[in-house]
Amino acid sequence: MKYSIYAFLTLLGFLGLSVMNVNEYVFFAGFVILQFVVLATAWNILGGYAGYVNFGVPAFIAVGAYTAVVLFKSISAPLVVQIIGGGILAGLLGLMVGLLTLKLRGIFFSIATVAVVFILETVVMNWRYVGGAAGLQLTRPPDLWFFDTYTRMLFFVMAVLAIGSVSIARYIQDSFLGRGLRAVRDSEEAAECSGVPTLKIKLIACTISGALMGVAGAPMPMYLSYIEPTATFNLNYSISALGMPIIGGTSHWIGPVIGALLLATIQQIVTVTVSNELNVLVVGVLLVLFVVLAPDGILGLIKKWKQSSK
Amino acid sequence: METILEVNNVVKQFGGFTALSGVNVKVHKGERLGLIGPNGSGKTTLINCISGAYTDYQGAIHFNGQDISKLKAHERTKRGIARSFQIPRPFSSMTVMENLLVPFAFVGGKDGPKEQEEAMTILSGMGLADKAFVQSNQLSQVELRKMELARAMAAKPKLLISDEAMAGLSGHEVDEVLDILFDLNKLGITIIMIEHIMQAVMKFSERVICLDAGKIICEGTPETIVKNPEVQRAYLGD
Repeated sequence: MKYSIYAFLTLLGFLGLSVMNVNEYVFFAGFVILQFVVLATAWNILGGYAGYVNFGVPAFIAVGAYTAVVLFKSISAPLVVQIIGGGILAGLLGLMVGLLTLKLRGIFFSIATVAVVFILETVVMNWRYVGGAAGLQLTRPPDLWFFDTYTRMLFFVMAVLAIGSVSIARYIQDSFLGRGLRAVRDSEEAAECSGVPTLKIKLIACTISGALMGVAGAPMPMYLSYIEPTATFNLNYSISALGMPIIGGTSHWIGPVIGALLLATIQQIVTVTVSNELNVLVVGVLLVLFVVLAPDGILGLIKKWKQSSK
Repeated sequence: METILEVNNVVKQFGGFTALSGVNVKVHKGERLGLIGPNGSGKTTLINCISGAYTDYQGAIHFNGQDISKLKAHERTKRGIARSFQIPRPFSSMTVMENLLVPFAFVGGKDGPKEQEEAMTILSGMGLADKAFVQSNQLSQVELRKMELARAMAAKPKLLISDEAMAGLSGHEVDEVLDILFDLNKLGITIIMIEHIMQAVMKFSERVICLDAGKIICEGTPETIVKNPEVQRAYLGD
């Protein structure tokens, strides 16, 4: 109940911000930060809770984005339909990838997910309807609901998606599914012998995780008014989506949120003040530091600090 | 005597190596069965086949009269087969109580206050009540062994397979675990014990089966097994 109130108040805060008279860049950068909250939260459902490291994040983002493009181009579908369509198809991709790869463990699963990125990128590169390798210019529709600009509307939409994703992750963590996924991460054999249908719950997690990545990717074409495969299938998304939960802490739903807010904000500041190229370096350096010095992330550090101050 | 488990002509191969070659075992309801044999004789492979960790074997396994050969491990657990592991496998990110709530949730379908109370009763029986809310990676070796048995009990098994639950324990700790296993058997649970500590096997088992090189070389009461020349040859050589 408390969470619902906080979530609702946060959403109201985002709504208030998006109609306030502030610099437009805030919404442009805010969209990216909130998108990373969705991606990091989605990644953590399979990677953090179950310990299955998915490097195929760009594939799911791209399925969401290109589904949105196809729906917009073919039937002029509104943004909500694009997001739902992108989520459904990315969820189905998650299910299929899961069926093919979730019997693999450890590094083998991770490598298999990278392969999905390359396969789909090759398909899109050669698909002329969505612009192929050259990409596709898109004209934003005039529909703004009650927002002043399209960017402000997209910012609020991403805020809704972020709060929705975090709520789903929180629900999973506290449910049977979350308990089962944690058991899988700790010992898959023991989980199976404790009655946990390990393959089934991994498939559910992979589907939900994929669907959330898809919904994060779906508004991207409208955000950029453009889509092209090289940027959409960029493996930097994988590094960020995995780095943010690890830095924040993978054991709790709040970890990826902290990691994403912290890292994506630093990235945006670095982009504006130094260089866009330093983005990945920021994640890389912080990731190495945390893996070596604080493997349980910021949450782990807080826990240690609380224990030592008792 | 009613049969609870029947292993019929099970063959398990790893590549070119045959770990089990045509093993037949019958276990009776409520029985305490000891499974012995030298290292590499196929004991753990056999229980992996029974518990469902391996399903790619030839032959058939019947439990309570039903063929479970094709069932996955979690489905067999739901039918009433639970096990502990040779090397303890706690859910280390969870407390001891949470470890027990996993089978309660997935086998029984509930993990509410009533189940927590039940889990506490199981833990008390194992002498682990004071460790219920301790992180399981903080437990000592004997506590880990007991927690594995407690977690297996939370699945409400009809058949419990104890895979070297006493390995690495002191004499006093071995007696503690043995007492627990005797108590569980008194509740009507059939127990298969795999163990290298012969005194424990002989004290606990009503019947002992000895495996060597993937085959059963003899079975009988503990008294006859220790005197069997085949068993002595398997352990000590010619």
